[in-house]
Amino acid sequence: MADQVLDAKGLNCPLPILRAKKALKEVPTGGTLEVQATDPGSVKDFEAFCRSTGNELLESRQEGGTYVFLIKNLN
Amino acid sequence: MSSETNAKSMSMIVTKGTLDWAYPPFILATTAAAMGLEVTMFFTFYGLGLLKKDLNLKISTLGNPAMEMPMMGMHMAMPNIVSALPGVDGMATGMMKNLIKKKGVASIEDLRELAVEADVNMIACQMTMDLFEYKREDMIDGPSLGGAATYIEVASKTDINLYI
Repeated sequence: MADQVLDAKGLNCPLPILRAKKALKEVPTGGTLEVQATDPGSVKDFEAFCRSTGNELLESRQEGGTYVFLIKNLN
Repeated sequence: MSSETNAKSMSMIVTKGTLDWAYPPFILATTAAAMGLEVTMFFTFYGLGLLKKDLNLKISTLGNPAMEMPMMGMHMAMPNIVSALPGVDGMATGMMKNLIKKKGVASIEDLRELAVEADVNMIACQMTMDLFEYKREDMIDGPSLGGAATYIEVASKTDINLYI
């Protein structure tokens, strides 16, 4: 189980990233955030976001029409 | 930690004030801020209107020759000439606002609020304020006033500079 879960379903670029950034502030270093999104563009965007911010994208998977990302907060 | 080679700052000149053109600067500014960049936006000419407290943004089909709107599974072209017909730009604006809502795209008001929250540095062009007779009290709190030199000083130190 992730430490925090963010429901970003139905939101379009750049809102899933912006909400995730905000949510990560509530996650302790080493903790995880699960993001659920329906924006197909978020797959590439979360990869780029994690690379640039130094967080680790532990998992990126699709469940039906939902994209689920598990991010480890390394900041 | 971020890689040493990553850009650390971005600045942009925002020159356009229609609803469609308002999106790129605010999307890029908020996203860059979320990715840890220091962001500066310089609002000049029609872009300055994006700092007004009350936004009533519209789109114009004029000068947007590639514009087309999804409609009943097709795409309806919006040739420049229809802009001359009364009500067409109003209709196109209404269609765009409906699409924005339906597709979960943020409003410009929301993105601007997020940019302010993310400490994006906003500079309102003093010359444009004078030229178009805007009053400081009509604009949102936060932006500072400055001119070309203020922007150039920032831009000369930033990794990414955009003109929109």
